[in-house]
Amino acid sequence: MLKRVHFGPSALPYLLVTPQILITIVFFIWPASQALYQSLLIQDAFGLSTEFVWFENFQTLFEDHYYLDAFDRTIFFSVLVASLSMGFSLMLAAMADRVIKGATIYRTLLIWPYAVAPVVAGALWVFMFDPTLGIFTYMLMAFGYEWNHKLNGGEAMTLVVIASAWKQVAYNFLFFLAGMQSIPKSLIEAAAIDGAGPIRRFWTIILPLISPTTFFLLVVNIVYAFFETFGIVHAVTQGGPAKSTEILVYKVFNDGFVGLDLGGSAAQSVILMAMVIGLTVIQFRYVEKKVEYS
Amino acid sequence: MSVSKKLLATAAVAAFVGSTGLASAVTEVQWWHAMGGTNGERVNKIATDFNATQSEYKVVPTYKGNYTETMTAAVAAFRAKKQPHIVQVFEVGTATMMAAKGAVYPVEQMMKDAGEPFDKSIYLPAVISYYQTPTGDLLSMPFNSSTPVLWYNKDAFKKAGVSNPPKTWNEMKSASEKLVAAGYKCGFSFGWQSWVMIENYSSWHNLAIGTKENGFAGLDTKFTFNNDKVKARLASIASWSKDKLFTYGGRRGDSLSMFTNGECGMWMNSSAYYGSIKKQAKFEAGQAMLPLDTDAASKPQNSIIGGATLWVLKGRDKADYKGVAKFLTYLSSPEVQAWWHQETGYVPITTPAYELSKKQGFYKTHPGTDTAIKQLSLNKPTPNSRGLRFGNFVQIRDILNEEMEAIWSGKKTAANALDEAASRGDKLLRKFERANK
Repeated sequence: MLKRVHFGPSALPYLLVTPQILITIVFFIWPASQALYQSLLIQDAFGLSTEFVWFENFQTLFEDHYYLDAFDRTIFFSVLVASLSMGFSLMLAAMADRVIKGATIYRTLLIWPYAVAPVVAGALWVFMFDPTLGIFTYMLMAFGYEWNHKLNGGEAMTLVVIASAWKQVAYNFLFFLAGMQSIPKSLIEAAAIDGAGPIRRFWTIILPLISPTTFFLLVVNIVYAFFETFGIVHAVTQGGPAKSTEILVYKVFNDGFVGLDLGGSAAQSVILMAMVIGLTVIQFRYVEKKVEYS
Repeated sequence: MSVSKKLLATAAVAAFVGSTGLASAVTEVQWWHAMGGTNGERVNKIATDFNATQSEYKVVPTYKGNYTETMTAAVAAFRAKKQPHIVQVFEVGTATMMAAKGAVYPVEQMMKDAGEPFDKSIYLPAVISYYQTPTGDLLSMPFNSSTPVLWYNKDAFKKAGVSNPPKTWNEMKSASEKLVAAGYKCGFSFGWQSWVMIENYSSWHNLAIGTKENGFAGLDTKFTFNNDKVKARLASIASWSKDKLFTYGGRRGDSLSMFTNGECGMWMNSSAYYGSIKKQAKFEAGQAMLPLDTDAASKPQNSIIGGATLWVLKGRDKADYKGVAKFLTYLSSPEVQAWWHQETGYVPITTPAYELSKKQGFYKTHPGTDTAIKQLSLNKPTPNSRGLRFGNFVQIRDILNEEMEAIWSGKKTAANALDEAASRGDKLLRKFERANK
């Protein structure tokens, strides 16, 4: 039998975790429970008349094909943003890993976009692609292509995806680069002596060894695309034209803050909350177990 | 008082300065508004000028973002019991505000309670009818009201050989054809498309937008804007976009630059773009009345207003409302209104302000600037042209934006899109009816 070591009861550990617990309650548990409660109500904007309707708001949502379309659209959007930004930053990191002269400057410049707030990033892209005044619109015109993302949903989606992916490249780059630099040089040198070229070494040594980073980034990027791209969508398209860039998180805002439909909006945020919980569980349960950490 | 208490008191005061004001002899009146840029400066000037006329009250204007943001901010503030005295709400928020009986202090009632003289008859009928109860009580104070007009580029018209601004939609087409033939990128465009092409198109041709007198007579209203006339008009506009007679340029005022850059020779949008157009356009711009659709009506009825009114919110100190009342009186005085009208292009809300502008010779030196007011008072408003009062209309306008964008991009026919918009809109009307029983 194991011998148990007993410490006398002490308030200290509880005291030490109190701030953290308070923060969690005030900033997470309380708002989340408010959202849960609100999602069961039909209420006017000013909160003067309230009707408790159980799950009717959810039922309405799932009968609304616009909501289901927003679901598909969000998945499409997230996959594009995650793969584009991860692919591009992986390439940049692989290059930066090999740079010897001026490496610091190169890296610093690549990290810069991360310091740009999403709304500002969105505003930048809006200026460049404005159908009337944008410089890129002007250039595209020279090739005979008429760009108008205010009318063309596909173009609007392209613009939002590019802007969102661009914003995340810096973050991904940092992690990829750190992952690559932690690979022991001896492994790569050994492969080089065996005659493997840079591309071969990348595919057979570097990529498998940074897979934990890749999986971590995959989850982070999907969460980013789901939630943090709000600012970009708001600045670039506001969900338009004809809902073609209205992703779930934007719909929560639109229904709740523009439309003042608080119950419906709360129900949507509860669904989003469940999805984040799901993603986190997947990350910890499955992904972390299957990925090789050396 | 101990040091820590003093600190605490200072902190508490600092925290509440923004919302309740310092406790001093001057009573502060919080005014939340949605006027950015130059109009924001004009709003500040009105407040400063009012503050200079007396020493008892101080009006503090705060810019809260665009119309929806301002309204949401006021709603959130009310729920947190930190509401401003006065909030500027755009016309489509009227039904929401009206339904919030416990939250709004009807202006006419407030003036009476504060003992402030108030003569309703000086206000222009087309302006205040939008904001009256069925029994005629004024609920909110009209502040910035405008109506869509047809803006046109006089230089472009000369170049293209169009002698007069189009009076009918057929003339719109031929003028656009001439403009495009003369090398312009598009004939015409418009902004705030639900307001201009659905709401005002309907009132201009005396067509109902919804049942129950456009929602004035009850919450159990249904949309009827998906009628053959609106469908036919939008369908023909969509068919013109192939030849660039019409180009869509985005929601709200996004398409302004297409007009001021000289890309489109005509633009239908609010008369309140007067200031911006005067500043940005390098050509001479004119205003004309909206074109008549001869297939829909034989003569125009009247257009309806857009813009915003000032709502007074309940729940502040009783004494504060005296200041609110004094300020609203100042705001609707002929001098302030005439200045505001002439600077911004919003219509004057009272007859004395209109008369004053006439007397000052403003319309002679600025021809066309009385188009909006003439359009609004063209005929006595009918139940179809008095305005509209639909709940959740902010969202419904978004639906209309989406469906109309689907028409312009060719994804849907005008008939399908309008039917879909009406049925989606009806759902939101039912939801509003239920939440505001």
